[in-house]
Amino acid sequence: MHSLAESHAEILAEILAENYADGDALSSDLRQQFPLLSETIQGHPLAYLDSAATTPMPQPVIDALVHFETHCRANIERSSHTLACRATDAYQLARQQVASYLGVEDAEQIVFSSGATASINLVAQGLAEQLRPGDEILVSAAEHHSNLIPWQRLRDTRGIILKTIPLTSEGRLDLAGLDKLLTSRCRLIAVTHASNVTGAITDVQSIVRAARRVGAWVLLDGAQAAAHGPLDLPALGVDFYAFSGHKCFGPTGVGVLWGRAECLQVLTPLKVGGGMVEAVTLEQASFKGGYRRFEAGTPPIAQAVALGAALEWLQGLPWHQLREQQRRLSKKLLSGLRAVPGLRLLGPGLVDAGSLGSESLGRGSLENRLPIFSFEIEGMHSHDICHLLDQRGVALRGGKHCAQPLHAAFDMTATSRASIGLFNNTADIDALLEGLWLARKILL
Amino acid sequence: MNSDIYQQGIKSLAAARLACEPLERPDAQVTLDNPLCGDRVTVAIKLQEGGAMALSYKVKGCLLCQAAMNAIGAAASEGSSLSGLDDVAEQLSSMLKGESTQSRWPPKWQSLALFEPVAAHKNRHSCVLLPFKAVAQAQAVAVKAI
Repeated sequence: MHSLAESHAEILAEILAENYADGDALSSDLRQQFPLLSETIQGHPLAYLDSAATTPMPQPVIDALVHFETHCRANIERSSHTLACRATDAYQLARQQVASYLGVEDAEQIVFSSGATASINLVAQGLAEQLRPGDEILVSAAEHHSNLIPWQRLRDTRGIILKTIPLTSEGRLDLAGLDKLLTSRCRLIAVTHASNVTGAITDVQSIVRAARRVGAWVLLDGAQAAAHGPLDLPALGVDFYAFSGHKCFGPTGVGVLWGRAECLQVLTPLKVGGGMVEAVTLEQASFKGGYRRFEAGTPPIAQAVALGAALEWLQGLPWHQLREQQRRLSKKLLSGLRAVPGLRLLGPGLVDAGSLGSESLGRGSLENRLPIFSFEIEGMHSHDICHLLDQRGVALRGGKHCAQPLHAAFDMTATSRASIGLFNNTADIDALLEGLWLARKILL
Repeated sequence: MNSDIYQQGIKSLAAARLACEPLERPDAQVTLDNPLCGDRVTVAIKLQEGGAMALSYKVKGCLLCQAAMNAIGAAASEGSSLSGLDDVAEQLSSMLKGESTQSRWPPKWQSLALFEPVAAHKNRHSCVLLPFKAVAQAQAVAVKAI
């Protein structure tokens, strides 16, 4: 497995050794690695702008998945035959690859789960026994339902108090009143690293500083942010980090929870069974430490192996150039959206395009945000927009994006969302903007 | 751009403004969401003598959802009891699934034929059916409340 990953890294290094004066050249080279992107939809080339929901898998990741299933498929840490050893090695290599991507040294702190939702639930349910009525957990109004409902359940079952960080008019977490929200009863601040609707990146440093003052832990929902470049969790200073494989160019059905060792140790395992135990009698069982306490049963082995390959692939990309390219595409998209009458953006950038002048694409609109853009257009529902755009080969997501409170806070029923991935190019943005104007012609 | 479902007939039906006046002391009010796309329908009904029914609704949804709601609104505005709504909804569902073509619609439901092109778009069926579900639920709640 390792040699396969290395060969992909070499091929990629060759491609990337070239000088990319034009950002589209870089995107185009990357695009070649995604078989899915050569699909035609309704006779049009696919303009995939739904990476915030699921990213396609590049060939090296598909190859890693197929290679594992073809040459290594077996259960892990159970049998001693050759295939079982290969499977175990591949699975543990994946854990190392995840640790490397997250910037943490100790792979023992990497727990594989079925996705970000499962990872957050693992923390929520794992903390349940530690929490007392009146203890507080702080979330924000921008949370994906996956980082809200688990805490609502704790409120309902454990009597904890759930508090909410409000949002600014740009959809960022409004941290001005954070100190007032925090008391000595706060046990955890669980917030998004970057919103799946607004794209706003959370000011993690301020959150961590405030949390430390009252002795609270910090969990980041990294479902969106994790795909946008290698992380440095020790520098972020958080206690838990959760993300999904399918939004990071890996397969579905796998995710990660990283936790500081002392934090993981406190959690009660959500599920118990084979693979996590040291000794079992008919009366009792003793459990292994580290990640093993949380991986009872057969884990998503092939998916984890492919996720490891995906993160290694991501780690090898030229992020400075990619971010420049994404910034360029974001600017183009924002400028184009600004020209659409009646368009209202939900998030940092321009708002109420019809009523603002050319300065509306203000300074800072592209700072501290991911290239995720949700908008509504007066008189056009998102489902109609997405349907018509799909007829042009443009894949968007419409609806509430599993963030109903966020939409309610901005009095929006539903939005259309375009999320730019590292493979997108100018033609994709053009297809979206042209499609919007055509949809407008049809619907209005 | 293939806009087969966005014909003028559907667009006109969606643009109609029917039964928008709120009811005083309705017998039932139901709000249903379509979580996939964000359609939201709020229906209020007030039962009247002789089985007739006053209807009021608000739609925050796509064009198909609005059109379907207005089709019901138009039928109700003709003094109907909407007593056969379940049958009409079933016939509509059947048409969308492609199980029955060239449906014969009762006179006040003729406009539902406009939804035939939606059959090819499975992910839009729930948009058309949501208003029917909401009215049916409101009817059930109102009858129970009597």
